[in-house]
Amino acid sequence: VAVRSRLPDQPYPGDGALAAALRQGDEAAFGWLVDQYDASLRRLARTYVATAAIADEVVQETWLAVVKGIGTFEGRSTVSTWIYRILANIARTRGVREQRSIPFSSAPGAMDEGGGPAVDHDRFRKVIARGHWSAPPVPWDEVPEERAGARETLALVEAAIERLPPAQREVITLRDVEGWTSEEVCHALELSETNQRVLLHRARSKVRRALEEHVEKKVGRH
Amino acid sequence: MFGRRRRDLVCIEFVEVVTEYLDGAMPLAERTRFEAHLAACGSCARYLEQIRTTIELAGRLTVDDVDALGADARSELLAAFRAYHGSS
Repeated sequence: VAVRSRLPDQPYPGDGALAAALRQGDEAAFGWLVDQYDASLRRLARTYVATAAIADEVVQETWLAVVKGIGTFEGRSTVSTWIYRILANIARTRGVREQRSIPFSSAPGAMDEGGGPAVDHDRFRKVIARGHWSAPPVPWDEVPEERAGARETLALVEAAIERLPPAQREVITLRDVEGWTSEEVCHALELSETNQRVLLHRARSKVRRALEEHVEKKVGRH
Repeated sequence: MFGRRRRDLVCIEFVEVVTEYLDGAMPLAERTRFEAHLAACGSCARYLEQIRTTIELAGRLTVDDVDALGADARSELLAAFRAYHGSS
């Protein structure tokens, strides 16, 4: 299954051309940018603040900062990661004011949060055939396809992401929900590739576990 | 080739390096070791498949979960852009 990447497929021949058009006051280019990224930005803003209304304000503020700041954009990152950094800064400030736990994947200590193995070590053999599964994953055959089930499953995934420690939530939202590449995420969040991957792997492991628990419950009902 | 052979990967290690594998970030020797285990272990193959499903499900979240930007809000933003950059 290929993970689609939503960011880089711009009709603009390149980021340079887009940035140049914006700097020249090309309104169509700005309109394109808004249409392309507004929904993503609002989803990302929700990672930091408590309500959709505040997220909307954060995004509004972000766009105004983009309007004012495009002249200083130096092209050292892509336009999208530049915008995301602006959003993250504004959203983090707002989130602090609201006392929500703020993602700060690049902050010291972020790597310790919710550590632990991808799969509980109780599920592996301790003595004979040490390290092999003793309680292997249950099959998910019925999970995604049927319609009603799909809604329920997606809600479950969303709730599991919502419960993650903040830095893991930030990384999985960008990588797997928004489809950014690891390079883009490292750049936007100022993370090393290794740290980014560790956070992502922990996040994915927990979401997978939530899905598995869901399946187990269903099977147990029979 | 003639160096000491690394011992085979076991399941408890496999599950920790799945993201590294999917990112294509493994050195060749590690990847070979990973894929050898994958070919031999149905449970780990299932685990990898479930991580793929997890990623795929997460990727479906964006589609209709956020309301579209209102036409008014959009034209306000464009107006702000025009005001700031002048429509010369």
